[in-house]
Amino acid sequence: MSEKQIKAPRPLSIEETYAQRPRRWWVYTLIVLVVALILVWSASGVQYKGIANKGSEVAQGIMRGLVTPNWDLLLGRITEDTTTTKILGITISTEGVPYLLFQTIAIAFLGTIIGGLLAVPISFLACDRVVPKWLAKIFQLLILLIRTIPSLVWALVWIRVTGPNAFCGVVTQSVCSIGMISKMYITAIEDLDVRILESLDASGCNGFQKIRCGILPQIIPNFISTVIYRFDINMKDATTLGIVGAGGIGAPLIQCITSSRWSMVGSYLFGLIILMMLIEWVSTKIRNRLTRG
Amino acid sequence: MKKKNATGYRVPLFDRIFKPRMLVLANGHSVAQPRSRMPLIIGTVIALVYLSIKLTGFDLGIIARRGHQFFVILSQIFSPDVFNISAKTFEQFGMDPAAVSFLSIFDGRWWEALWYTMQHSFAPTVFEPLLDTVRMSVLGSFIGATIALPIAVACSTNINRNRASVTILRLLLNIIRTLPTLVIAKIFALIFGLGTYAGTMAILVFTIGVIAKMMYESIETIDMGAFEAMESFGANKFQAFWSACMKQILPTYLSYCLYALEMNIRAASILGYVGAGGLGILIDERIGWRDYNGLGTVLIMLFILVVTIEHLSQYLRKKLS
Repeated sequence: MSEKQIKAPRPLSIEETYAQRPRRWWVYTLIVLVVALILVWSASGVQYKGIANKGSEVAQGIMRGLVTPNWDLLLGRITEDTTTTKILGITISTEGVPYLLFQTIAIAFLGTIIGGLLAVPISFLACDRVVPKWLAKIFQLLILLIRTIPSLVWALVWIRVTGPNAFCGVVTQSVCSIGMISKMYITAIEDLDVRILESLDASGCNGFQKIRCGILPQIIPNFISTVIYRFDINMKDATTLGIVGAGGIGAPLIQCITSSRWSMVGSYLFGLIILMMLIEWVSTKIRNRLTRG
Repeated sequence: MKKKNATGYRVPLFDRIFKPRMLVLANGHSVAQPRSRMPLIIGTVIALVYLSIKLTGFDLGIIARRGHQFFVILSQIFSPDVFNISAKTFEQFGMDPAAVSFLSIFDGRWWEALWYTMQHSFAPTVFEPLLDTVRMSVLGSFIGATIALPIAVACSTNINRNRASVTILRLLLNIIRTLPTLVIAKIFALIFGLGTYAGTMAILVFTIGVIAKMMYESIETIDMGAFEAMESFGANKFQAFWSACMKQILPTYLSYCLYALEMNIRAASILGYVGAGGLGILIDERIGWRDYNGLGTVLIMLFILVVTIEHLSQYLRKKLS
């Protein structure tokens, strides 16, 4: 074999090399065929039945609502028929957008923090560098289960325990966050550089000092970055959970959509969009600072 | 107030309020040690936690009092009716229910009983909605990903030089991504009527938002040399992009599409809750009837589907990179 290669008469020109390029047209044809088949099968199950008899009205209503939102609701002004509550001595309208948005943030914030704390022991127990393999496998299965059950289902189950309120949202998010946060924690733990521990050992550090100076500085930025990323996701999820009654802005939003009060829908969506953009911007800033140090 | 120190480095506000500690080293030099920000950060977090507890009505007492109920429901979910062979079924197939043990799996009749249970359980009714979920997410992901590519190109600053159009397009994408999928699905269900079409449209819109964002970020990092060379030969933007950039972004694009498909299957499974077709309808119905064994069956099948698709897509993505 090798002799033949040496005896090649002359190096190939560009045109000749191009003519000899690998041609795997049948592979591509096969892939295209398979994808086309899957698409045809999918399209067969999804039928367009035309716009519903109120459809165009709904579309117009939402557009109109976004342009002319209900400003009293958006700014949370207190009128005679609004219910109010006192937080830190300030009277707030509980139907106004600011209160609902703050509640949504609070649900996501508490849920993320509790989930992030619960995930610490679980992720150490699911990491096969730390504990025996069989134990790690059990906890990995637990994490997988938490991740695959949709958060909506968790919420519907927890509602049976806590009743439909914001607290249900907090508990649900604490449980749901564990799945993804643990998964990312485990990667961080597996990437730990253990040689630092050896050098700390050599310089005579005790166990606590080894954890404080060898492990924590490596892990903490990673963990916090994960938690902030999850907070982003939880913010969006908190709105969704509200739809089943777990507090926050979701429930009033869906009610207004169903009963076609478009100016109210407009103000809820308006507040939600602005808040989400703000949070995404801030969390990207913090995470960039964390990774750059 | 002095904002810059001797080296021209802008001193952060925090260090201007809490002056750094000056340390004098053994060799006579003095070094400034900035104060730790930890107390400030911890204080802020504690204050926010306190405020959140007030706002959400957080109460661990409820968990302590009623928490066991959660595990009751959970244990019912984990004994789905597909595998729950009743004593009556065993008798029907000529087995003694009391004598059934682990060893009976070597008995043919045990398998017959299991098969009978499966057929009469909730599982067969789950198939059609499950397939609907797959159909919705496949179709939505495919069309959404196809539409997202040109939008992503128009959003990347290294190809589209028009700042105004880039800003407007990105703002629109941001708005799409901030809306929860369930809200989009609800709106589409009202516009297009209940059923899978509304779900497909919701997933389509959601996919455009996600893929276009990820794509324009990666288009902005590609090597522009070939693109500029093509343009200098007189190719128009489309030709230059097609032959110079497509090859570079195609693997990334395909892997993002697979990732979106993975995500969409999870998302599509709950869209039925607002009437947009798929598994969500069943989930809502089972919980409404407190049939948690049936819910377990639905979830097991969803679990199998999600894990299968995830493994398939991870395998394909590994091949791509």
